[in-house]
Amino acid sequence: MLSELLQFILSGVTLGAMYTLSALGFSMIYNASGVINFAQGEFIMVGGMAASFLSATGVPLPMACVAGVMIAGLVGGLVERWAVAPARDAEVASVIIITIGVSMILRGLTEILLGKRPHALPHFSGEAPITVLGATILPQSLWVLVVGALIVLGLNLFFGRTRIGKGVLATAYDRLAAQLVGVDVRRVLTLSFVLSAGIGAVGGVLITPISTVAYDTGMMLGLKGFVAATLGGLGSGPGAVAGGLFLGLIEALTAGYISSAYKDAVPFVLVFIVLVLRPQGLLGTKPTDRI
Amino acid sequence: MRLFNTMMGIACALGLGALAATALAADPVKVGSVLSLTGGASSLGDPELKTLEMMVEQTNKAGGLLGRPVALVHYDDGSEPGKANVLVKRLIEDDKVDMLIGGTTTGASMAMYPLIERAQIPFISLAGALVIVEPVKHWMFKAAHHDRMVGQRVMLDMKAKGYKTIAMLSDTSGFGQSARKEMQNVAQKVGITIAVDETFNPKDTDVTAQLAKIKNTPNVQALFVVTFGQGAVVVTKNVAQLGIDLPHYQTSGVATREYIRLSGPAAEGVRLPAPVLMVAAELPDSDPQKQLSIDYVEEYEARYKTDVSSFGAYARDAWFIWTNAVKQAKSFDKVKIREFIENTAGLPGTSGIINMTPQDHLGLDVSGLKIVTIKNGNFVIAN
Repeated sequence: MLSELLQFILSGVTLGAMYTLSALGFSMIYNASGVINFAQGEFIMVGGMAASFLSATGVPLPMACVAGVMIAGLVGGLVERWAVAPARDAEVASVIIITIGVSMILRGLTEILLGKRPHALPHFSGEAPITVLGATILPQSLWVLVVGALIVLGLNLFFGRTRIGKGVLATAYDRLAAQLVGVDVRRVLTLSFVLSAGIGAVGGVLITPISTVAYDTGMMLGLKGFVAATLGGLGSGPGAVAGGLFLGLIEALTAGYISSAYKDAVPFVLVFIVLVLRPQGLLGTKPTDRI
Repeated sequence: MRLFNTMMGIACALGLGALAATALAADPVKVGSVLSLTGGASSLGDPELKTLEMMVEQTNKAGGLLGRPVALVHYDDGSEPGKANVLVKRLIEDDKVDMLIGGTTTGASMAMYPLIERAQIPFISLAGALVIVEPVKHWMFKAAHHDRMVGQRVMLDMKAKGYKTIAMLSDTSGFGQSARKEMQNVAQKVGITIAVDETFNPKDTDVTAQLAKIKNTPNVQALFVVTFGQGAVVVTKNVAQLGIDLPHYQTSGVATREYIRLSGPAAEGVRLPAPVLMVAAELPDSDPQKQLSIDYVEEYEARYKTDVSSFGAYARDAWFIWTNAVKQAKSFDKVKIREFIENTAGLPGTSGIINMTPQDHLGLDVSGLKIVTIKNGNFVIAN
């Protein structure tokens, strides 16, 4: 019984780590621009696809992974420069629709350039599962967890300790004021897209050995990431982590103890309840109106 | 200037001549096809189109059909049945096709059929569900084994092995859910109890929770996974991760080399019903399905440098059902061709020996599906 519960928890935490990485991307771009970027899932997919494609052509695994993340980061930057920046005077809703368009373009391009079939990557440190008190976890899942935690720590340092990071935060808080004190707001926006694409891609690369990747993998992960970000509070870093883990655990426990038929429904119902009771999310700050 | 005029004159004459020549040689027979080349079912539609293009070329190289060349007109429905309906209208009214092959998905085939029936054009669907041929639709035929047959084949094998209580894990896609219902019916008929009936989203990256539940259910003797594509790979890897040693069955949806390649050693020992295509080399030489299956695989893989799948093979069989009927009818009269398709008898294909009747527009039985197992990274016929 205990081992069963532990298995559900391990499964949930692995899922949750993945959702967290996706949610962090949503939060970061939301912070910098007030926009919800629905191409976030595609950044995850581009990272995984690029890495597996490079790896298949004979590039050593670590290099393929790093290159995959960098390619996704580049794509993120280009998306901001070519699709989002030209519309900076448009309403937020219009920009959100632009990102939906971008997600379709990215999916279509990948489908044409890299094919429709799913691709895989070798596991980073073997496929032999590790047994913990009767439950099992893949070494690859540990990679997802550890790298996910490192990214959260790294982001924390970046926003708290570096000039650029503080600039991003300042822009999030008040774009005009940030501009007045000399923050290059345009750069901050591009940077936030590059970073969130890169973070998503790290998740994509890490998960590919477990789940494989195809041109349409991003949609589901993007959607779950959005739910996690909303659940935790859009724009909040700790909220993204809490929301992601919470979502993963709820899914696994629902599948395990209630019925897998409700697995995808329960989280959405929960989001509904949370948003009715606490519109700012679990860890979000209440928006205050300035007078 | 005069030179220019003369040149123009010659050019025009040549152009007209060329036009006349093509008009004489051409007037091709048009085969229309609506396939899912993008979207969710694109991994099915892609090999179907590749196969049809290969078949057109082969037929034309061999002198065409009754002396006329064959041309393929195809559209992509983006895996949306609603679009298929619009596109088939274009095929019928603008392209004026003589024959229809396609409908990658059941939804698309069913959405197209009312228009096809009105236009009275023979139509061979490549989709899976039983509803396509039951009840029989006058102008619609089917080239692929349906869900129920796949279920029967698996359940009969389970029964022969003495498994009475099983666990089933199906995906939440249209295919998974319609197949799941069929499997429940079949299980009831053959007397197998489905003790655990779990589902998962085909895009899930982890299904260990469902599998742990199955693992901890007492008395379960076998596991039956109903899905295809990426979902099957994730489930297979998770089964290995949890160390579940139940006999592991999958559907014919995973009868691709890609599944073995992506799942790696985790796929060893998986049992599934597969079209003969995958194990053709093992058949006795006297088997009429052997040579044609091997030929198809070799030609396809040499031409496209990619693995064959059973979906492309359905398109191949559909093509032969049609050309066979045309040759027998010795005309392109649609009513006659429909009749000859309906009376296809003893035609060997990659999915089985096809014997259609007015009551049976599929013409295949379960014997066309072999139970195979994966051994050393290859499909082999299971004993």
